[in-house]
Order: sequence, then structure tokens, then C-alpha cells
Amino acid sequence: MKRFMAFVRKEFLHIFRDYRTLIILFALPAAQILIFGYAVRTDISNASIAILDNARDEVSSDLALKLEASEFFAIKDYLTSYDDIDAVFRKGKIKEVVVFPEDMAARLKREGNVTVSIIADGSEPNAASLVTGYTTAIINDYSATLTQQPGTSVPVINPEVRMYFNPNLKSHFMFVPGVITLILILVCALMTSVTIVREKEFGTMEVLLVSPLRPWQIIVGKVAPYFFLSLINVIVILLMAWFVFGLPVRGSITLLIAECMLYILMALSLGILVSTTVNKMENAIIVSFIGLMLPTLLLSGFIFPIENMPKGYDYFSMILPGRWFVEIIRSVMIKGAGFVYVWKQTLVLAVMTLFFIILSARKFKVRLEEGSK
Amino acid sequence: MEREKVIEVEDLVKRFGAFVANDHLTFDVYKGEIFGFLGANGAGKTTAIRILCGLSRPTSGKVLVAGFDAGRSPEEIKKHIGYMSQRFSLYDDLTVKENIELYGGIYGMTMKEIRPRTETLLSRLDFSKYGDTLISSLPLGLKQKLAFAVAVFHDPEIVFLDEPTSGVDPITRRQFWEMIYETAARGITVFVTTHYMDEAEYCDRVTIMNEGRIVALDTPSALRGKYSSSSIEELFVKIARPKTETV
Repeated sequence: MKRFMAFVRKEFLHIFRDYRTLIILFALPAAQILIFGYAVRTDISNASIAILDNARDEVSSDLALKLEASEFFAIKDYLTSYDDIDAVFRKGKIKEVVVFPEDMAARLKREGNVTVSIIADGSEPNAASLVTGYTTAIINDYSATLTQQPGTSVPVINPEVRMYFNPNLKSHFMFVPGVITLILILVCALMTSVTIVREKEFGTMEVLLVSPLRPWQIIVGKVAPYFFLSLINVIVILLMAWFVFGLPVRGSITLLIAECMLYILMALSLGILVSTTVNKMENAIIVSFIGLMLPTLLLSGFIFPIENMPKGYDYFSMILPGRWFVEIIRSVMIKGAGFVYVWKQTLVLAVMTLFFIILSARKFKVRLEEGSK
Repeated sequence: MEREKVIEVEDLVKRFGAFVANDHLTFDVYKGEIFGFLGANGAGKTTAIRILCGLSRPTSGKVLVAGFDAGRSPEEIKKHIGYMSQRFSLYDDLTVKENIELYGGIYGMTMKEIRPRTETLLSRLDFSKYGDTLISSLPLGLKQKLAFAVAVFHDPEIVFLDEPTSGVDPITRRQFWEMIYETAARGITVFVTTHYMDEAEYCDRVTIMNEGRIVALDTPSALRGKYSSSSIEELFVKIARPKTETV
């Protein structure tokens, strides 16, 4: 243990002595939160929506048909009561629920106007504002065709947009989970791979391997500081999200931290894996960036909704740990979902973590046997 | 009187698939001896050193280092040896003292043991003013000397030096060898590989390897006499010439 602590102490010295490391560790997350706080616009197609039809008359079914017929929406579910709305959003598949009021056609005739509620999943503000925008347009179109019919006294259907989870539709809400996902991959995978490869490049790895330190002690000693600093990072990001953007954590903080720890572990083992396959620091950086960071940035659903991706990309995103992690923390942070809602994603992540740990441990061992050159 | 053996190697064979890197090596190294290990690149030196340091397991044969079996208890061997490679082995971004404390700690020494020894070491090397200097700002010669001092800081039974003087100026090399002599005088066995043939002359005994085999093993003067060469360099060229020469 004493040997191990001497080694860990050295790792901390490395980190605190290199201002570039410190910048990546602490300044970057802050900068990213602020930069990504501004939304990126994207298009929608075939967004999953649900209908709560309290009217069940010709106007409501007409309107539902119109929505379905447009290429923007796919009606995935018909709800029976208001109580279903919460559950359907928590599951996360449905982006929007359209609620038709009772006696829609009759009231339209009698009073000349009715209100249709459009409730969208505000935890993905980009998608939400696009989806509601398109819906509003379709309803207004339909409303316009009604007025042209003779003998009616200008009936109007008012679309009324509401946001679930994120009533003010703050778009930076969705970026906080994304930034956490990205930062953790960056700090954990990139930094560990670089720090291990650095020892190889400078020849100090040889000396460490000849020392009484066990290989696992070297690896754990290398990643332990990053595990610790990443957790601090997560807390800093959460605090920033709270104080700068007023985004509180709705779900259990313990669950959130536990999920983060799982993801950190996964990213660290990815970093070790990268370090066993390359011999130069530049290569470690390139592999981490192109192989890990970019896909996470583009395909995890952090910026571009997964629903809008072409089929192939959609499947590809499934092998990205980031995709599952984004879903998990989005649910926990913004929707306040408990473990029952994210156990599937957690399981996927846990299996991935285990796989990468076993794989990297094995590759590291093989390398030792083959020699350092 | 029988001298104490610290390394005993008998019929050491190491195979990588069909390739035989070490072909039935047999030699002993005695306590306090400076043992030179020579050979062209690819002669099997590195493989042998890796086995002696507990990094790699022998395919067959007996290898005892500091009394421990390299096949069964390499981790025990690691506790009793020091190691310095041709590549620089101190951390650039740590200070002289921090490097010493790190390696002392890794070898199981407590801070209580490390502190006074560090002071003695630094004053002996005339390094006292550099204690809190980052390694990166030291000249190469000093770094190399310090790396050696760190490798024997925990008083190992044997220290392995893998081409320790490559890329060092002649004066520093000279000083470096003085340190090696001092270390050997302290009873620490020095096992050194080198490319510099003049350095081989400084060793108590020299082994020359070629194509996985030991082709010569004796004191430098005995070897010169045996092969009627004026220097180890000439001798080396004579007996360690690869069979198929490539330009």
C-alpha cells in the first residue's frame, strides 16, 4: 500500500504541475457549458407523438390524420387519460402529446373556437421547439380549411403549447448532460491514455515494471487520480448548471453520482485500452479524439436527436456508451426519473464497462509478455 | 574460498515461437562483481536481462537471482534489484527530491528512511543545491548520474544497467564509471550491458553473446590473451560477427 501511495502521489504531482492538464480538467468543462448553452438547430422527421383524444369526433380524427399524414410525425400511441401523459414522457420515446378537448366538433360549431393542447418533452429543448412548431403549423392550416367551408362562423382551433419537464424551454438544459458525457470521456479516456503512453514513450514504464509495483498497481495508480478529479468535475458542472442556468437536479443525486461513477469507470478502461494499442502520445490523442470524442459529440444524441439520424447511424450510436449515458442523466437530472426508468441503460453501460475492463486488462498483460519494444 | 553467487543461470532457454532468443545460457555472477554483458543488437541480451529482472519467464532452465527463481517468484526478485535503462528514467516534471522519494517509496522505504538518505546522497554527489530543482532543468550528465544514484538508492543486491552511458559525453562516462566502482565496493553487484567496447575493459568479467549463445566469458585480460587481441573491441569484432553480413 505504501508503494502504491508513493506512486499515486507522483501522479497527482504530474497533474498539478502541468497547466495544460489543469486547463483540460477544469477550464474546459466551464467553457463548454457556456458555449453549448446556446442551442443548435436541427430538423425533425417522423417524431414519435401520442394523441389523447377526449373528443373522438370527426374534427379530432381529421386532425390526427393530418398529423399522421405529414412526414414530420408518427403517431405511436393513443392515450386514454391525462394520467398516462406523465408515464409516456418518462419512458422517453414520445416527444409530444397532442390533447383534443371533449366535444371538439360540437364546441367548434357552437362557440366558434376550441383549444388543442400540445405538450412536448422539454428535456430536449431543440426537438421540443421544433416539434411544437410543426404541430402548431399543421393545426393552423387545418383550422384555416374549416373557415373556408360555407355556413360556418369562423371557427378557430387554438393550439396551446406547453412543455413537460422544462416549462421555460431552456435549451441549455439539454446541454448539461451532454457536456458531462463529453467531459468525462475527454478527461478519463484521453488523459489516462496519454498519461500511460507518456511513461512508455519516456521509458519510465520499463523502470516501473521492473520495480516491485504490480502491473495492476501501476494501472490503478494511474487512473485513481483521474477518477477522483472527474468526480469533482461532475460536481463542479452540476453546481455551475444550478447557479448559472438555474437547472436543479430533479432526481436522486446519489443515483446520478453512482451512474457517473459507472461511466467514469467505463471511460477510464477505454483509456487504458487505447494506451495498450499505441506507443506515441500524439497517437493516443488522435485515437481518443477521433475514436471516442467525435462519435460521442455527434452521435450520442447530445446535439443531434437520435430519432433524426439515418438508420445506419442510429444503430451505430447503440455501441456508443455516451448514448446510453446521455439518456440516463437526462432522465435523472431533468425528468427526475428513478432507477426503474434507467435500469436498462444502466445495464447496457455496466456490461460495456465490464467488457472494456476485461479487454484492456488482457491486452495489457499480453503487452507485458511481448516486451516493451 | 567459494565466492557468494548472486545470480545463477543454468541452461536458460527462451523461445518465442520457433525463434530461440536465449540458447542454453549458463553463467554465474558473484557478489560485488561488475559483470559486463556484450553483444550485437539481436544477440539476445535484452531477452536475458528481462528474464533476470523478472519481467519475462524462461522457457526452461534454472535462473536464480538474489536467491529467487525467475520462473516462479519474479515479484520477489523485483524487490531485491535496481534497474536503470538506456532511456532516461527520472520524471522531468518532478524535482530531484520528489523523484528520489517516489522510487524510495515504490521500493517500500518509509519517508523516515528516505529523508536522511536523500540528504547524504545529495551532498555526496554535490547536488545539495539541486534538491528542489525540476529534473527537466538539469543537464543530461547530471540526470544520468542521478538516475544511477536513484537506481541503487534502496540498496539492492544487484543493479542492472542497460546501456547506461549511451549518449553521454566522455567526462560524464568517466564519472559514471567511478560511481559504478563505488557501488560495487559497497557490495552491490553491477550487471551492465554496453555498446562501448572500452567500457568492457572496466568490468571484472565480460560475457559476449552472439545469436542467442554465450560465445565468451572471462576477465577482459584473459579474453584478450585467449584470442590474442589487443582490445575487447577487436575481440568482439572477431567472434561476434554475424554470419550473414548485411550492409
